[in-house]
Amino acid sequence: MKKLLSPAFAKDSTRLVLSVALTFVGLLLVTFLIGRVVPIDPLLAAVGDRAPAEVYERVRVELGLDKPLWQQFWIYMVKVVQGDFGRSVLTSNVVLDDILRVFPATLELATLATLLGVSLGVPFGVIAAVNQGRWPDQLARVIGLLGYSVPVFWLGLMGLLLFYAKLGWVAGPGRVSVAFDDYVTPITGVILFDSAVQGEWEAFGDAFRHLILPAGVLGYFSLAYISRMTRSFMIEQLRQEYIVTARVKGLSEARVIWRHALGNVMVPLITVIALSYGNLLEGTVLTETVFAWPGLGLYITNSLLSADMNAVLGGTIMVGIVFIGINLLSDVLYRFVDPRAK
Amino acid sequence: MTTAAHTPEGWREWLNAAAPRSRAQARLGQAYQSWRGFRRNPLAIVGLCIILGLLLVAALAPVLTNQSPFAQELAERLRAPDGEHWFGMDELGRDIFTRIIYGARITLMIVVLVAIIVAPVGLIVGTTAGYFGGWFDVVLMRVTDIFLAFPRLILALAFVSALGPGIENAVIAIALTAWPPYARIARAETLTIRNADFISAARMSGASSLRILFSHVIPLCLSSVIVRVTLDMAGIILIAAGLGFLGLGAQPPSPEWGAMIASGRKFLLDQWWVATLPGLAICTVSLGFNLLGDGLRDVLDPKQQ
Amino acid sequence: MNAGAPLLTVEDLRVEFQTRTQLVRAVRGVSFSLGREKLGIVGESGSGKSQTGRAILRLVAPPGRVTAKKLEFDGIDLMATGEAQMRDIRGKRIAMVLQDPKFSLNPVMTVGKQIAEAYRAHASADRAAAKQRALDMLRAVKMREPERVYAAYPHELSGGMGQRAMIAMMLATEPDLLIADEPTSALDVTVQLQVLAILDDLVSQRGMGLIFISHDLNLVASFCDRVLVMYAGRVVESLRASELGQAKHSYTQGLLAALPRIDKPVKELVVLKRDPAWAGERP
Repeated sequence: MKKLLSPAFAKDSTRLVLSVALTFVGLLLVTFLIGRVVPIDPLLAAVGDRAPAEVYERVRVELGLDKPLWQQFWIYMVKVVQGDFGRSVLTSNVVLDDILRVFPATLELATLATLLGVSLGVPFGVIAAVNQGRWPDQLARVIGLLGYSVPVFWLGLMGLLLFYAKLGWVAGPGRVSVAFDDYVTPITGVILFDSAVQGEWEAFGDAFRHLILPAGVLGYFSLAYISRMTRSFMIEQLRQEYIVTARVKGLSEARVIWRHALGNVMVPLITVIALSYGNLLEGTVLTETVFAWPGLGLYITNSLLSADMNAVLGGTIMVGIVFIGINLLSDVLYRFVDPRAK
Repeated sequence: MTTAAHTPEGWREWLNAAAPRSRAQARLGQAYQSWRGFRRNPLAIVGLCIILGLLLVAALAPVLTNQSPFAQELAERLRAPDGEHWFGMDELGRDIFTRIIYGARITLMIVVLVAIIVAPVGLIVGTTAGYFGGWFDVVLMRVTDIFLAFPRLILALAFVSALGPGIENAVIAIALTAWPPYARIARAETLTIRNADFISAARMSGASSLRILFSHVIPLCLSSVIVRVTLDMAGIILIAAGLGFLGLGAQPPSPEWGAMIASGRKFLLDQWWVATLPGLAICTVSLGFNLLGDGLRDVLDPKQQ
Repeated sequence: MNAGAPLLTVEDLRVEFQTRTQLVRAVRGVSFSLGREKLGIVGESGSGKSQTGRAILRLVAPPGRVTAKKLEFDGIDLMATGEAQMRDIRGKRIAMVLQDPKFSLNPVMTVGKQIAEAYRAHASADRAAAKQRALDMLRAVKMREPERVYAAYPHELSGGMGQRAMIAMMLATEPDLLIADEPTSALDVTVQLQVLAILDDLVSQRGMGLIFISHDLNLVASFCDRVLVMYAGRVVESLRASELGQAKHSYTQGLLAALPRIDKPVKELVVLKRDPAWAGERP
């Protein structure tokens, strides 16, 4: 608590908030440019090429396209801040409603994947670092490099082929089986949570069997990244003098590694985990397409294919906001975990 | 140089000389040391072989296969791999082996185009920002910050959706999202050498800022940028394949590997080879770049040692 | 323990590092023995003095290799003990104070926890008892506010306080031998003497053996009973601290001559001239 009240912390927080606000404006500027400037005629995208001239002109004024660019940007910014991304051409719903409806599915997928990635990747990286140059390290290196080299959509397809079609261990595409469609009353939209709270264990099991493969595929990428970063942080920490001190004290190797070295690795690892969570959001775009997972990624790709710019930009901004939010969270967490941060 | 330099041992000695007598000798000696370090890493050699293999396959495509990547034999559609068609046939009766071979050209083209756009842009932005500092630096770094604050694929998707699908637009979109990390690296390197004595010496001897940038700063940033480019190649290939998979990159009938996976997806459960084999090609090539980049980083990046 | 036998016997200790290109011999046949006394080891950086200290604790980092004809501590052959038994000796029987508290204390663990942990690693004490012990030790190293220091993180302490905390941590288990590896070189001159005084006090009170490693010949001479002078991995001279003036080896004489003296001002300080023969095998 003392930390929260100190003037240094307040000054730092101000800087943090300012930088977040600036990044947000940048996000809007980029999406604005993509929506209004990059296309040769943004209007054509909005009304279609067979609209009569009067409609064309009316929409032009409606969208404010007759005004100078900076005014257009200002209008755009005000709208976005109010949560107004316009209507989706494809679903004819308000884009924000669409996004809020599909987002929990993505959240569920990315969160489980990150949990898998962290709970396996961290121990893996530690073991690799401790055995630097020996076979566990080589194994971790190969697994990590493969994770950097495999296309996520292809791995998803291979997973379906093996675990669903050949072995039958998991359920196929989709979020739940047809029998469980609309079976659980949505509370948060996160099916695992909703079904557990309501005691619908059968629905929980079904949802889990659908979730585990896409989450496992995404989790593998998270594991590859987190284990490599953990390894390199760990190797750096194991060279430090305080590790010698811990050994001089006669502590067990396990304590030296898992308490002393890993304790210090946890600090930079927070940023890495946040980054990997952001990357997973990106991975969901392709994964959701493969697994017909009704989340934000699938929404964005479907809109892309039908050139539904409002929905695409809305989805992009949403992912950007979550990305910024996660980075902010990791920044704040970092300050609390690292006693040296003022 | 003496006559001893004409024997192999003499050459080695000349390359290993602790006190090189000319710039060329120093440079070659340095390169020789790097090569020796690189050679000791078997995985990096594997990576190098894969990339050389990719170059060969792309160059010799018409020699390696006598079929056309577009020739259709509808009677043979979805034929399983056998002695005649090693990788089988796709849904239009095209030979998958041939398509993968020609696909190497597309992959190589994407990677090379992105690299020659992104590396110079990143280098120039980063070194100027780092060298001159001040508001110029602040603005440029803010811009890269904003770009780095986005997931790359999603931004590329948004760009492609605005530009329209197609391979040229995919390259532009990837390049637009890929340059900021290069600027970051180049700036960081520049900051560490900006105040070095030899830069001050060059400045005092009357060298212009432009001259210092191009003849001293940029060459020194080059090795970390090269490492980064190599490591980035795999990511670029994956994003390009992802765009192709979504139907936003290379358009049919182009034998782009990502698009090939997308078309094979429908037959995944019964004709596994149609989607599986192009995916293996992507994996192999990106793994090659990753292994090579890893090896290069170990020998070229002094901070790792 | 046997009063007559020495606490530590080192005979022909060698530490070698095989790097990519060459074999570096950091310690080349060092021999000495030590009772419950204060032994100083002096040498310039790279002379092998620190590696000698670490070799005794068997904490030479790989790829380093340690060999010795004899490395015996209180009747235990340290070269032949298993890793588990070695952990029992470390901290409990032999402890070590490292150079710079900025690096040698775990930055994300409170000082108190680190001291208590050292104690609990060897004594069967519960949390409360360990905390009590840690506070007592902090008082013993003359901390004015032991409670506050207990809850502090290393970066919140000054260098002198950090090093006192380090001493408290290493002495909490009452070891028989303390190795102090340049314990004051990272500190301000003004705190150096204070920390040394505390160290001296505690070591004398407890009747421990001390190996004091330093590059500062004067400091060692004023603080220790005996001095070993190391050069290029071997002991070139061994003498009583009080007889430093009668040093025979030209390296030691050179070191002494290089010291500025207030009673004999000179225009130019002598620069040590190295003789390659010093590093060679002795006849």
